[in-house]
Amino acid sequence: MGGTVVEITRTNGEETETIGRAAYEHPLPVRLCHWANTIALFVLVGSGLQIFRAFPSFGAKIPQKDLLNWPKSFAIGGWLGGALQWHLTFMWIYMATGLFYLGYQLLSGNYRQVLFTPRDLPGVWPMVKHYFFFGPKPEVREAYNPLQKHAYTTVIGLGVLSVLTGLAVWKPVQFSWLAWLMGGFHRARLWHFLVMWAILAFVLGHLVMVLLHGWNNFVSILTGWKKDPEY
Amino acid sequence: MEPENIKPGSDNPKAGNSELTKPTAPPSTAPVSAPPQAVAPQVANVEQATPTIIRSKIERPSIDEHKFAKMSRRELLKVAPLLALGAFAIPRFQQALLMKGLRFSDWASARLFRQSLLAPTFADAHLTPFEKFPINDYDVDDPGVIFENWSLTVSGAVQRPGDYKLGQIQALPRVRQNTRHICVEGWDVIGRFGGARLSDFLSKIGADTSARFITVTCADDYYESLDMATALHPQTLLCYEMYDQPLTREHGAPLRLSVPTKIGYKQAKYLTDLKVTNVLQKVGYWEDQGYSSFYGL
Repeated sequence: MGGTVVEITRTNGEETETIGRAAYEHPLPVRLCHWANTIALFVLVGSGLQIFRAFPSFGAKIPQKDLLNWPKSFAIGGWLGGALQWHLTFMWIYMATGLFYLGYQLLSGNYRQVLFTPRDLPGVWPMVKHYFFFGPKPEVREAYNPLQKHAYTTVIGLGVLSVLTGLAVWKPVQFSWLAWLMGGFHRARLWHFLVMWAILAFVLGHLVMVLLHGWNNFVSILTGWKKDPEY
Repeated sequence: MEPENIKPGSDNPKAGNSELTKPTAPPSTAPVSAPPQAVAPQVANVEQATPTIIRSKIERPSIDEHKFAKMSRRELLKVAPLLALGAFAIPRFQQALLMKGLRFSDWASARLFRQSLLAPTFADAHLTPFEKFPINDYDVDDPGVIFENWSLTVSGAVQRPGDYKLGQIQALPRVRQNTRHICVEGWDVIGRFGGARLSDFLSKIGADTSARFITVTCADDYYESLDMATALHPQTLLCYEMYDQPLTREHGAPLRLSVPTKIGYKQAKYLTDLKVTNVLQKVGYWEDQGYSSFYGL
């Protein structure tokens, strides 16, 4: 697991020495999807919050109880119509990226390094202890530890949910069964909103972990190669 | 480590074999004096050539640091095409790109629309009380229609153009339905709407239903359009009643559109003119400012 590991060598005249190792962790399709999705998600969240500003409530219109007055400067689109243009454009990029990613992972078998399976369950608690309660660091044997697999698998589910809840809000007649599954149009809109915050919570955790794990880890999602992996 | 890592590039087609070489034998036994490129041909079967010398080492493919740096740069460049998305940040291209996205959404929406699929209807108990049904206008609550003089002026691709009085529309079979009215802002209400099916009225006026659009204009200069598929949908009404009472002025008396398969701004009030046409000069009041043209639900 974890892709090919190679040794990096330096040649000085007649001497060749090993100066480090590198693992190929992220195939090109995964890297492309990661960054396309980063951009799409940024636009969708920003424009979604601008759309939300038009009716920042989840109850009845009359009387209207505003839940959150999101500042305009942290939104994309400038006005409701503009925000809808961004949202309706980037949702296609988001969905295409998601479908391509899932298709690639399944067909290439690459999903095996990241999909959380029952086999990973025993490793969850030691990782939680390490991350949150200063427990000892479990041995790293794969590109993704059980907790990472759990996070990356969950966020794919959240991505699917964001599309389904979005469809229920956008097309509550054509996909009335979806809206019904979500407890009606009102609830679908609420779910769409909550799924966004859940994805943002993942993004926050993801960014913190990237900061903690340093430059080599960040470079790997650009070049595919992670220098000096822990396994 | 798993055994496949011993085979060069075994599960990694991206990193070509020419990049990855087996650990070269120690300088004392192998003449590795050539520049990095010369190392590549030595991808020989190391197990066979130097089995005893490096037995203690973990056998891994190796790569020269310069080659690794070059390969990393090349892999980075492969991600660069995504910078094309940066076109969205350039003011000159931005609006055109967003319009393409919007038009694609409209195209997809029209494909998704199924004329036979009815919008959900609701029990009376779920109705929003009439007094809590929001009134949305773009300028005035009441454009001052004089009911006695009112008629719907029909033109375009129809066999019987002319002025139609409200009584002629009310003579068509009356439909009453509790449907959801959804505003583009995000709120919604369930209302009770009554009126004549637009499809019945279109037959009455002898409309060419192979035409692409219905357009309406309103007493307050609002204007709208519907695609023919939606105009012929059985729940699309020329609405003259809400909650079993004649339309009030704020809700669009004497005649408005009620289209449960469309967003709220499509449900024009105070209708004065209706035209059947293949060409849209204008789409609608909000659409022409950048909102979705189709916006089917």
